[in-house]
Order: sequence, then C-alpha cells, then structure tokens
Amino acid sequence: MSFLELRQIKKTFPGGTEAVKGIDMSVEEGELIVLLGPSGCGKTTTLRIIAGLEVPSEGRVIMAGRDVTNLRPAQRDVGFVFQFYALYPRMTVRQNIAFPLESVGMPRRERAEQIAAVAEAMGLAALLDRYPRQLSGGDRQRVALARAVARRPSVYLMDEPLGTLDADQRLGMREFIRSRQQQMKITTIYVTHDQEEAMSLADRVVVMEAGRICQTGRPTEVYDDPASLFVANFVGSPGMNFVPGQIEIQDAECRFRPDGNDARIALKRHVRPGPIVFGVRPEHAHPAPDGPVAGKIVMDEYQGNFRSVHVDAGFPDNLVMRASPGRNWAVGEQIRLGFDSEHTRLFDVETGQRL
Amino acid sequence: MEEPFLILENITKRFGRVQALRSVSLDVGANELVVVLGPTGAGKTTLLRTIAGLEAPQDGTVRIAGEDVTRRSPAGRDVALVFQDFSLYPNWTARRNLEFPLRAPGRNLTQAQIDERVAWAADLLKIAPLLDRKSQQLSGGEMQRLAIGRAIVRRPRVFLMDEPLTNLDAKLREALRVELARLRRELETPMIYVTHDQTEALSMADRIIVLSEGRILQIGTPQEVYRRPASPVVARQLGQPAINLLNVTRSGSVWVSESGTPVAPAGDETETEMILGVRAEDIAPSGGKHAGTIRVVEEMGPTKTLLVDWAGCDIHIVAPVTLSVSPGDAIFPRVDPARIVLWRA
Repeated sequence: MSFLELRQIKKTFPGGTEAVKGIDMSVEEGELIVLLGPSGCGKTTTLRIIAGLEVPSEGRVIMAGRDVTNLRPAQRDVGFVFQFYALYPRMTVRQNIAFPLESVGMPRRERAEQIAAVAEAMGLAALLDRYPRQLSGGDRQRVALARAVARRPSVYLMDEPLGTLDADQRLGMREFIRSRQQQMKITTIYVTHDQEEAMSLADRVVVMEAGRICQTGRPTEVYDDPASLFVANFVGSPGMNFVPGQIEIQDAECRFRPDGNDARIALKRHVRPGPIVFGVRPEHAHPAPDGPVAGKIVMDEYQGNFRSVHVDAGFPDNLVMRASPGRNWAVGEQIRLGFDSEHTRLFDVETGQRL
Repeated sequence: MEEPFLILENITKRFGRVQALRSVSLDVGANELVVVLGPTGAGKTTLLRTIAGLEAPQDGTVRIAGEDVTRRSPAGRDVALVFQDFSLYPNWTARRNLEFPLRAPGRNLTQAQIDERVAWAADLLKIAPLLDRKSQQLSGGEMQRLAIGRAIVRRPRVFLMDEPLTNLDAKLREALRVELARLRRELETPMIYVTHDQTEALSMADRIIVLSEGRILQIGTPQEVYRRPASPVVARQLGQPAINLLNVTRSGSVWVSESGTPVAPAGDETETEMILGVRAEDIAPSGGKHAGTIRVVEEMGPTKTLLVDWAGCDIHIVAPVTLSVSPGDAIFPRVDPARIVLWRA
C-alpha cells in the first residue's frame, strides 16, 4: 500500500461549487508530487483536504495505513507552507523557526543545530535576530519555508510556496527544496500553476482541470506524451501547437491535411481517415526549405538562449517554432516549416484525448 | 535617429532619507517599448509614478512631445497607467468601466464618439462579448484586459504599465504577453513597461533599462543586455537559470577558479583577478578536462538544467534533453571561450 492514498475524493462547497469531482491518487513514501493546473482546477482544495483543513464531501484519505479523513490537522503530522506567509510578528526569525520545533518537544541543543543548518542552507543566517517587519517580502517567504522544513513531519504540503519571490530567488529556492527533499526523503505534495516549477521539481506531476485529474506521470512523460489537448497545452511554455485537419490515406501512406490548406504532412503511423487534431511542440518545428508547411513570420520573441518565432501558416492559430537565438526573423518574412515526425502527436477532435 | 518623444533628465526623487531615484536620464522614441527591469525596491514603480505625475521629483525634468510637464498634474499629461491589481470598479459593467475615462470633465465627447472608442478598444482586446457583464464577474485575465482597455480607450500619448501581468496564472500571462506585443504595434504609442519577469523583458522590449537602487546600470537592446551585461548585477537580472559567476585569477594563459580549475583561456586583459560570467547554455556538459559532479537535474521540457559542483562552485548548465544523466554522475564541463564575459573584480 502506498504511503498516502486519496480514494474517490469529492468536495462540494456550500452553495454548490464542485471543487473536486472524484480524485484517486497514490503517493509513495519519499516521493515529490506536484499538483499542477490553472486557478480553479481544485488543486488547492485537494491539498487542504490532505492537510485536514477541509473535510471531503465523499471519499477517504489514508496516510501511512491510517484513515485520517476525519482527523484534525494537528493529528496528521503534516507541515504546511502557504503562498502567503504567516509569521509571528513579535518573534524574531530564530524564534519563528524554533516555534514548531519547541512545540513537538525537540531538545534545546538539537533545536539550535537544526535552526543553524536550515538558516545556513537558505541564506538566512544573517537575519536570525531580525523581526519579520524588518524583512523584505522575499525574505519573509524564505523564513516561512525554513520554518516548515526545519521540522520533520511525515508529509510536507506546499501551496505555491515560491509565489511571491523574484525569479532569481525562485530558482535557488526550487533547487533547495529539491535537494533537501531528496536528502531527507520526506513525502511532499506541492501545488503550483507554474508548469516550469512542476517539471523541474516533481518525481511525478498530477495535471488537474476542473476538479479532475487529467494525467499523472513523470515530468518527461507528461511533456512528451500528454494524455490530452489540455495537458499538451498547459505543460510547456509556450504549449504545444495544434492544427485541426483530416487524416488521408494515399498510396498506402498516411498523411495529415490541415483544414483549408494544401499542405500534406506525412505521418509515421497509420490512423483511420477522418477529422483529427495534429500537435507538435515548438522545438520540433524547424525551418526546412522543402518542408510541408508554408507561412510568414508574424512575431519573433527573443528569449536570451532561444527565440519563439510565431508563424502564420493559415491555420486557426499561429505556429510557434523554437529557434536558435543567433538569427533574427523579420516580420513578414516567408518561411517553410518541417516537423520531427517521431515527435508529432495526434488527438481526437471530439474528446481531446491523444490517439 | 528620430526625435525622442519622452525625455527624462536627471530625475532625483527622495522619500525622507530614502533615495528612490538618483539622477535618472532616459529618452523614449515615439513608437518605442522600453522595459524597466530590476529587483524589488530598485525604484521602478517610482519612476513610472514620476512620469505619470503622481510623484514630484526634487530635481530633474520630464518632457513629453517637447513640452516640459514636470510641474503638470497627472490629468494634464495625457498618459495612462496600468497597474498589476487591475483597479476596476467592481459593480460597474465592463462598458461603464471603459466609458469612465472618456466622460472625464473637459473631454466633451459625444455619446457616438464614446461608443465608437469603446467598441474599438473592446475589439482590440477581444472583450466585446463581455461588455455588459459586471467587472467582478470576469476572470483574472478578462479583468486585466479590461484594465488595459480602460487605459487605451482615451488614446493617451504615453502608456505606463506597472507589472500588468504579474497577478495572472503563468499560462494566461503567456497569452496576454503575446497579445500586448501585437497591441503595441497597432497602437504606435510609446510604452514604458515595468516588470521583473525576464521573459517579458527580453521578448517585448525594444530597449531594456536595468535599474538598481535608483540608478540606471545599463540601457540596451535585449541582445546587448543579455550578451554583454555591464556588470555582474546586470548579468543576474536576465537569464534562466541565472548566469554563472566565478572569481578567477590569471595563471599563465588561462583563467583559473578559486579552487585552481582552469575555466577559460585568458586574452590580453591586464588584470590578474576578474569576475568571469558564463551563461548556462554556453557550458557544454562534456568535452572539458576537469570533472564535476551533478547535484540536481531539472527536466525543463525542451532542455534540462543541471546543477553541477565544478571548479569549486555550483554552476548551472543547460543540456540537451537527450543527455542521460542523474545526480551523482561525473561530467566534464567545457566553457565556450567565445561566450564568456569578464569584469574587474
């Protein structure tokens, strides 16, 4: 049995909002799971149900073999980090970090060592004797995180803990969370709407939409083999390109024909003729003099180590191509595109599921 | 070069003893998008508020279209400011929110003219179907579109945007960023855009201004600021992961790190101690002579980011997604010598 199990969890709020519509999830001990989805997808509600801050309308929460569905948060041994830090204003940073350690009865010396280690690792050593009001927002966020990770609960629950940090600090904290979690092997459930954070942190990503799980898998699985149009778009920045069209078989060859377009894209696999959505990630679209798709450049977004080049090929949405940073693309320039055929994906028009 | 439309000269702003802006000079072309980038507390918002007329500088002048507007009220400057927190009237419909700035005293527009402007803005921002909803019933992305609509509807001479996308979901931010880029091409109005999101800065800006502690550290095109940052502080403002910075000393014809590892060949620099910057994508994960140990591997989709203990430092390397590595593995990083930046220590 897994360390943490959610069984058929449903949550309907008074007023009728169905935030969670039947979730099953198993988390192994020591695993870092990221719940990823847009606002309103039910990820925070799911986390709060695991924490005991919400009681599910239906379903069970099993933790370490024990049914904790109706237990209070304090009885569950979870460490919770919110997006909006809540520090004790009249305590110093040191006292803030010490407080949860004291309340579980950790001896003074061990406590001091623990605080020193965490403060050092998180770059807070110089701030230990300051009060929260003397800190910047980013520093307060790091103290909140330090307070949560100084303790060793059986599960860490983190709700967008890096939300208010600058980009620079965010990367450092992400690596800190990842390496500390790997060292200490503490089971962690982490909620975010930021797909990049999810990809970089997770052992497994759980992609959610409208109160349901769309896909669970390792970051590379979710990225390379998304289960649906929603996942393919949500994971990746920018998301996957989609082109609606038809499958045609000609001379025993299976080809994709975009709607209202003369292009023909050869496919590696055989699928039934009929309507379909063709998908390809920006890094698998390239300039190719004899490529199947012709278009013109509408936007060139420089991003430092790459460019996102937007191409109008007469499809409903512009195609985005990930290109090397060295070459400028002029708006209006004509281009032909080719695709890495082993990396193209096909989706059902009706259900959005990948074929 | 065309005549700059907006000119700031030696703007100095103090709040009590805090120096928010220190002799900031800047000019913005008639159709230019300038991004102001900098850490929290750099003075970015104060700069915008000074241009808008919401703050009066102790020193310096603000000129718009050739006129000195330094002492003029916000309303007399004809600039529009968009904030990150939308600031809409929640109980009003989207239409009424859009009409409001057009009904300001002194505008004297006919209802037909107002309708025409509202329709134009709503169409440009794709909110036409939402015009009769109350703004509190809109989603975050719709509200921010409406807030931008309220700024453009009166066709101001300058747009000032203060982190307009910060409070939105990552995915929505991406979509609105692309729309804003399209919008500004159609509006042909100078825009000053404050952000700490480097993707927005790099992809949208004609020029980037890096501000720190109230001072301009560098002004340049995104490529210039990214490739040839003026200082280590500037270098760290752009790049994901952040640029690698190593303290190096000359040892014969090479720069070596503090741990004695050769990092890159030295040129004709006269200094013996320097700070060497190299971006994560400019270090190959193999081909070097000295081993490093992988600490963290992050899957980023099209690439992976490695955190490597090498040359006595923690360095980041952006590696191809096909590279198969795990934490604990030894690799032999190679710095591309053509891509390093050196600063005096």
